[in-house]
Amino acid sequence: MSEVVTLTIDDKMVSALPTKSVLAAAKDAGIDIPTLCCLDGLTDRGGCRLCLIEVKGNPKLMASCVTQVQEGMAVMTQTERVQKYRKMMVELLLAERNHICAACVMNGQCELQSMAAKLGVDHVRYDYICPSLPMDASHERNVKDPNRCILCARCVRVCDEVEGAHCLDMMGRGAQCNVITGMNQLWGQAKSCTSCGKCVQVCPTGALFKKGTTVSEMQKQQDFLIWILDGRDKKIWHWAR
Amino acid sequence: MNREELQAMAQAELDQQQKFRCRILVCMSTPCISSGATAVQEALVEALKAGQLEAEVETVATGCLGPCSRGPLITIKAEGKADVIYENVSSDMAKGLVDKHFKAVSVPALDKNILPSDIPFFTKQMQIVLADSGAIDPEKLEPYVARGGYTALAHALREMSPEEVCQEITKSGLRGRGGAGFPSGLKWDMVRKAAGEKKYVVANGDEGDPGAYMDRTLMESDPHRVLEGMAIAGYAVGAEQGYIYVRGEYPLAGKRLEKAIRQAERKGLLGNRILESPFNFRIDIRMGAGAFVCGEETALMQSVMGRRGQPMPRPPYPAHKGLWQSPTLLNNVETFGNIAAIITKGAAWYASFGTETTKGSKIFALAGKVNNTGLIEVPIGITLREIVYDIGGGIPGGKAFKAAQTGGPSGGCIPAQFMDVPIDYESLGKLGSIMGSGGLIVMDETSCIPDVAKFFMEFCTDESCGKCGPCRGGTVQMLRMLEKITDGTADKDTIPRLEELCLMVKEASLCGLGQTCPNPIYSTLRYFRDEYEAHIMDHHCPAGVCTFSKKL
Repeated sequence: MSEVVTLTIDDKMVSALPTKSVLAAAKDAGIDIPTLCCLDGLTDRGGCRLCLIEVKGNPKLMASCVTQVQEGMAVMTQTERVQKYRKMMVELLLAERNHICAACVMNGQCELQSMAAKLGVDHVRYDYICPSLPMDASHERNVKDPNRCILCARCVRVCDEVEGAHCLDMMGRGAQCNVITGMNQLWGQAKSCTSCGKCVQVCPTGALFKKGTTVSEMQKQQDFLIWILDGRDKKIWHWAR
Repeated sequence: MNREELQAMAQAELDQQQKFRCRILVCMSTPCISSGATAVQEALVEALKAGQLEAEVETVATGCLGPCSRGPLITIKAEGKADVIYENVSSDMAKGLVDKHFKAVSVPALDKNILPSDIPFFTKQMQIVLADSGAIDPEKLEPYVARGGYTALAHALREMSPEEVCQEITKSGLRGRGGAGFPSGLKWDMVRKAAGEKKYVVANGDEGDPGAYMDRTLMESDPHRVLEGMAIAGYAVGAEQGYIYVRGEYPLAGKRLEKAIRQAERKGLLGNRILESPFNFRIDIRMGAGAFVCGEETALMQSVMGRRGQPMPRPPYPAHKGLWQSPTLLNNVETFGNIAAIITKGAAWYASFGTETTKGSKIFALAGKVNNTGLIEVPIGITLREIVYDIGGGIPGGKAFKAAQTGGPSGGCIPAQFMDVPIDYESLGKLGSIMGSGGLIVMDETSCIPDVAKFFMEFCTDESCGKCGPCRGGTVQMLRMLEKITDGTADKDTIPRLEELCLMVKEASLCGLGQTCPNPIYSTLRYFRDEYEAHIMDHHCPAGVCTFSKKL
């Protein structure tokens, strides 16, 4: 049994293993820190910056998913400053691409949409950029719509780390970033794709969805990741009834 | 090679140089090559041949002299006479030059091209890192050795323990020249103490600030100095492998470094058993592919490892977990350029220059609206006024100084009222700018400040890596707001919204690029708010640069 550290998150005493991130410790303690790029079972990326927290004695904001817990740490997750910034960041995400919920397969189940609702984003004060990006429906089962993408790279990570195919990756820089399939081929022609569909399930928005779904129909299940990784941990390679 | 052989090599080179009565030094750094130095050198060789002077006069291709806008530059070093520097030399002047200096024929037409060597541009500088730049042939090992090269490495390997080397660097007060100014000795000591079987030394030569070319010049003009500094660092921290990350746009620097590494390896100054000591150190070059963000240390390490150059969250810091999870010492090439001088001349000597908090000298790339643009190395603590009016020779056309932009897209603008503040890391930080890697762009009254801010924001928008949301989306929106301000379509809420967004991007971004990219806007809003307001309220650009699409 390794030692346990004790810290306070929002004035609540929390204990956690020293290898845990603040985000994980908070989750275990039932404290909600918003995040869009983190997902149980994938490596932490620190990219969406929604999980920013304030730590007492440190003027800088830290991403809780990549901040390890420390003994005696005093974490504040809901200060005025981080709440304001989270709202602004969601606004930036909404303005960045094309998030018209009424015409989206994920309407009602979308993580970005519910995040915006949770944080109270009722309007966007920035210019809508709305780039017109080509969709890719060449795959037999899945469709990629980069216009809905928030570049969280969950699909890239699950394809690489869990499926091991590394068919998906990121191309370009800054606002020109895009998730590509294969060597920037059409998805249907990317030979490295195993058609496992994990990427579709982990996508927080309607950027990846099953063919044949229409507005509000797409349901995603993300707990499969835990089952896979738990099985791997226990070395269960064959599932028997 | 051992120490005695190193001294013998130096002596042999000096003897070789003595054989010539005169030497003509032709600057062969990128700015001079692009203005025709190669042809000048060829013409000079031809003219010497025609005058049967090849045995007496040597032409040497050297590194950068400094006043780059006046190139091609040549220096004529004649025995018993003062050096004469010529500017804007063309190949048809070669015969005249040879006649004048070696045949005692009077050629009055050449006098207008003489650049006096006692002008403040030269006399106000203090060259530590660039001491050999412009004096030696960067493509050869011997001239560097003849000027005392690699003796610092030999001294460190023989007479100092790694701990003592780190202490010496700490005592010298040297701080990271990449921009942030972290005390180098402290960083070296951290890596030295870090547990790890394998350690690495990385030199950051990925300078991408618009208008800045300090690192390029150093790598092109004196590659061995960088290698020596890295080898000393490798000895001090216990690393056997070094990498130089060279910006993709610097092919000449890459070529010369490659050549220098091979030369040093052949002579046993790099590689196995350096100078017959048990210390091994290899250096490899990694060429970048043109991303500005790869100058950020974590992104640079990703790129060295062959991955997508995107920053990683810190901690863990490179000093603990860097390349392949091993402790890694990452310094700017200019920092490594200082090492040999500190070891040779001592920490106390180095610490005698500079201000209380910052020691030594700093290279700046002086650009913009000044008479003498070019590369300068000045003691830290010099004032902006001295740089602009003495070294820079003032502003063309007698126009008024408006601001100086330091630190590139991560820095800010310093207005005229702070021209007499001594420059160091702290004072620039207080003024809302940064020392940065050393870009210094001077602006006169004809420069429009929101337009300048827009230029830097365009750069940051292009160069944002896209990993984190605040920087990726924020730069686009900040640029949009600046575009609206400069074309007259902004409303009065734009400034508060811009300020709010600047602060968010600054505090919420993942890496240094995102955290500092609002600085050009932030600092100009602090000193030149009236200009922004004039654009918005009066649809008027005080500098007369912006044209407004919508009339009032």
